[in-house]
Formats: sequence, C-alpha cells, structure tokens
Amino acid sequence: MSAFLQQFINFLQLGSIYALTAISFSIVYGIAGLVNFAHGAIFTVSMYFLYFLSTALFRVTEAKWIVYILALIAASVATSVVAMAIERFAYRPLRNAPAVATVVSSVGVGMALEYLCLNFAGSKAKRMASLIPSHNFNIAGINVPLYKVMIVVIALVAMVVLSLLIKKTRLGTAMRAVSQDKVAAGFMGISTNRVISAAFVLGAVLAAVAASLYGTAYSIFAYDVGDTINWWSFIAAVLGGIGSIEGAVLGGFIIGAINIVMPIVLPVSSYKDIVAFAVLIMVLMVKPTGLLGKNSVEKI
Amino acid sequence: MKKKNLQSLVSIIILAVVLIALSEMKLVSTSKLLVLQYIGIYSIMVVGINIVNGYMGIFSLAHPGFMAVGAYAAALCSKYCFTTVYLYPLCLLAGGIAAMCVGLLVAVPSFKSKGDYLAIITLGFTLMVQSILQNAEIVGASRGMTNISKFTSLYWVYACLVLAVVIAGRFINSKYGRSLKAIREDEMATELVSVNVRHAKTVAFGVSAFLIGVSGALLCHLLGYTSPSSYGYSNVVDGLVMVYIGGVGSITGSITGAVIWQLLVQMLKGLGTWRWVVGGALLCLVMIFLPKGIFGYQEIGEALRDLKKHDIHKSGGEARS
Repeated sequence: MSAFLQQFINFLQLGSIYALTAISFSIVYGIAGLVNFAHGAIFTVSMYFLYFLSTALFRVTEAKWIVYILALIAASVATSVVAMAIERFAYRPLRNAPAVATVVSSVGVGMALEYLCLNFAGSKAKRMASLIPSHNFNIAGINVPLYKVMIVVIALVAMVVLSLLIKKTRLGTAMRAVSQDKVAAGFMGISTNRVISAAFVLGAVLAAVAASLYGTAYSIFAYDVGDTINWWSFIAAVLGGIGSIEGAVLGGFIIGAINIVMPIVLPVSSYKDIVAFAVLIMVLMVKPTGLLGKNSVEKI
Repeated sequence: MKKKNLQSLVSIIILAVVLIALSEMKLVSTSKLLVLQYIGIYSIMVVGINIVNGYMGIFSLAHPGFMAVGAYAAALCSKYCFTTVYLYPLCLLAGGIAAMCVGLLVAVPSFKSKGDYLAIITLGFTLMVQSILQNAEIVGASRGMTNISKFTSLYWVYACLVLAVVIAGRFINSKYGRSLKAIREDEMATELVSVNVRHAKTVAFGVSAFLIGVSGALLCHLLGYTSPSSYGYSNVVDGLVMVYIGGVGSITGSITGAVIWQLLVQMLKGLGTWRWVVGGALLCLVMIFLPKGIFGYQEIGEALRDLKKHDIHKSGGEARS
C-alpha cells in the first residue's frame, strides 16, 4: 500500500510537470497556430536562467522561498524576452508563408538555442540547488517531502491562474478571438501581433514555472534537457487535443502515468516510450483530433 | 522524348567519367571523396523525403525510422546472407524493401490524421524504431552493430543516386505522381475526381521509404557501423533542413539541398558545437527569405527557362519604355 502511495505521489509530481509544459506548448499552438519545435529549447533556456539566478541569489541570502520567488520572477521575465524575440524575428516574417515554413524555422530556432546554451554553459550536467525547504510530512504512514507537495500545488495554482486569465480578462477574450479567426479578430480591432506576442509570453512564463518544478524534482540537468520535454509535452498536448488547455492537462497526466506505471509492469523500462507512442497512435486512429479536441469541420 | 533520353544518357556518361577521373586518378583527397559519398547518400534520402513531404505535401518526420530499418536490414544481410561484395546490391535491395514494408504501415495513419497530428504520429514512429533498436539484443542494443563490411564505394553511391533519380522522376510523372500533387493542392477535390487517395498515399509512402532505406543501407556500409543513436532527433532535423533548403517538390532541389548542407557541415566543422547554432540560424534565414526553398516546385530546366523568360521580358520592357 505504501509503495502504491509513493508511486501515486510520483505520478502526481511528474504529471503536473508534463501538464504545465503541455499547456505552455498548447497555448502557443492554439493562438499562434504554430507547432513550436523551439518549445523544448525555451524550457532549457529558462532552466539555465533559473540555475544561474538561484546560484547568484544564494550568495546573498539563505532563505529558500525568497530565492525561489525572486529567481522564478526574473527567469520568467528573461525567458519571456527570449520568446518574444523569437516570435518577432523568426516567426512573424513568416505569418503569411506556408505553415511548414514556420515549423522548419522553429526547428532551426530550437537547434540554435539549444546549442547556444551548450556553448555558454558547457556540456557538463548542472546541479540545481534545492529551492524549496526540506521538510517531511507523514501521510498515511509514508514520508512525503514538502517539495513533492509544493510541485503539485504550484502547478495547480499556475493552471487555475491561467484558466482565469483566459476566461475572465480582456486579454484572454482577445486570445480566444484570435485563436478562432485571426482575420476576423483583426477586424474587431484586436491587435493580432500583440495577442500572439502575449501568447508567447504566457508560454514562456509557464515554461519557467515548469522548469523550476523540474529543477526541484530532479535537480540534475544538461543542455539537452529540453529534448525530452519537447517530445513528451508535444505528445501530451496532441493526445489531449492540441490547442485545448483541459486536453493538455489530461494528456500530461496520462503521459505521467505511463512513465510511472510502465517501468513497474514491463521488464525493460525504456519500453515505456513504445507504450506511450502506441497509446498515442491508437487514440489518434480512433479520434484524429485527440481526446478533448474539437472535431474540425471538413470543408468541401 | 528522344532528345530528352539522349540528354540524360549524356549527363550520366559525364557523371561516370567525372567520378572515375576523381577516384582513379586521385585528383582529390580521400576525405573529399568521402564528402562526395555523403552528398550522394543524403541526396538519395532527400529525394525520398521529398516524395512525401514535398510532392504530397504531408509533413512527415518518419525518415530516420525508415533509414534505421533500411540500415539494420542491410547490415544483417551483409553479415549473415550475402557476404561478398558481388551480392551487395541484394543487401541494398533488402534494406530498401524492409523500409518499404514499414513505410506501407506508416501510410495507414495518414488516411485519417492530418497536418500536425500526422507529424506527431510519424515522429512517434521514428522514436519507437529507435527505442526498439536500443533494446533488441540481436542487433547489439544501444551499442549498435559494428564490423559491417565496408562495401560502399563512390560508384555504388552514384549508381544508386542515378537509379533513385530515375525512379523518382518516373514516379512523379506517372499517374500516381500526378495524384500526389493533386492531394497536396486539395485532398477533397482529388477524391471527388475519382482518385483513390488511400492507394496513392500508400504507394507514395512505399516509394519514399524504399529510397530512404537504400540510403540508410549505403550509409551504414560506408561507415562500417550503425547505432540507434544516429536515428534520432538530429537526424530528423538534418533531413528537414536539406529538404527545405533545397526546395520542396523538386528533385533538383533535393540534390541541391543535400549538397549545400553537407558542404556546410564540412565547412563549419572548425566551429565545433557552434556549427549547430549557425546551422539553426541559417535555417530560419532561408525560411524567411525563401519560404519554398531554392528550387521550390521547380526542376532545373524549368528554373532556367523561367530565368530566360524573365530576362527577355525585362529587356523587352526596357526597350519599350
């Protein structure tokens, strides 16, 4: 029983991280209509920002919460600037080009960013200092460290804030309008460029939050940390229905479950990738727009 | 038609003479010959990718998977069945056919799924192949296969390239090729004019996978080893870069893309890891300034004709004004 609970908590932790990265991927897709292959690289960049900022801040103060909050805010801002620059210089000139051109451009950006990180920070794996005070709870006879609880809580808070932002604010309304029809939204006086930039900023902030949680959970990372994040969040977003936030959360937790359960059930742990892809392909064969995706109307 | 046949025969003879001169008379160093072979091998691969991604307009990321299947199948053949160099074509064929069989399977999801969803399915296929190879002890798991006979030579590569160009050229101008272009423009309309879309897609994936598989077979017999790690993300990117720089929907473009990217990779080698930064940035720039690539939907002949027409038009316009 206690082993089961332990695994369940691990599943919640991993699922929340994947759910956040999948939302960050999905929001850019939904609003800008772009499969952003640079998504993993943006995650990597925010990981490095967090690492350097938190090491710098720990020299000034010892209080972990203060360091965490300050580093997260600063990393969010820095990552947002990077994401906005990418959008401005690599994607906006391609707004009217064939869709594939933008995707290829994002592949290029992703590659360039990842190796920039490698060149500036070195290929050696880094160890993120723990940002959340160590403390253990005793729940139902098992020890649960505070950071595992905080990861789930922070992820939940981020999701709630995001959905409030999208459902209740003016910006959110504008975003939903742009995601439905860019041209018509433009006619209604919405500045499409600004809204798309805002989507990239939101995506970057979520990536920074996810990076802080990933750093807390696994602490060791290298320049290629974004690759796996890229694939898994891409898959999670598509599984749940790309462009839908609830879908991204669902997909993130499904991927988290596969990652936790499969290594226990299967003899070779790396077969979990195969299972994940098989699930994905089967879901898409039955429901080509993902679990919670809207069926696109076929036009004749 | 006759004139065209003569033209292509002459160009093949010229190519053969140049190759023999280069390799037999030792006009260039061995490392440069190696680069030439890479160019040939990747040209075959890019022609294969272009059939699906360019002519049919489906954004597929399955090429490293096909390449891996082709490479492993051929390597197993040359190790256990056809061990002499005279039987090498059979190994290549086996690689191609193995990849083709897998390609026919990958075509199935493309009937229903579209666009980004299909991209993720094909990507999933690639990563699945990699994952299976990493765990299969019979092909050396993650260490890969070593001591593969180095059968590949300049002649094999370019003979295969010529064949690939002939196959692809014939295929593109056949009934199926025309239906591919129609699918690219409008799938629904294509179906309405009684084209069997499923059939056309299956055949396209088969031919494309065959060519990519052959290129994988050639590559592993050139290097003498193969391992699962060479069929992952970087290979996906490599293939895409070559297709989209050279130009989608064009055989000339495919070869141009392979030449440019392989030469760049060689030239940028001095930059160490910075070359990926430069390469990525270059990819963005190419997309921004040439969204269709250098030869987008054009062959070299058409491009030259357009250029000539443009010149005449321009000089005519100037004379009038």
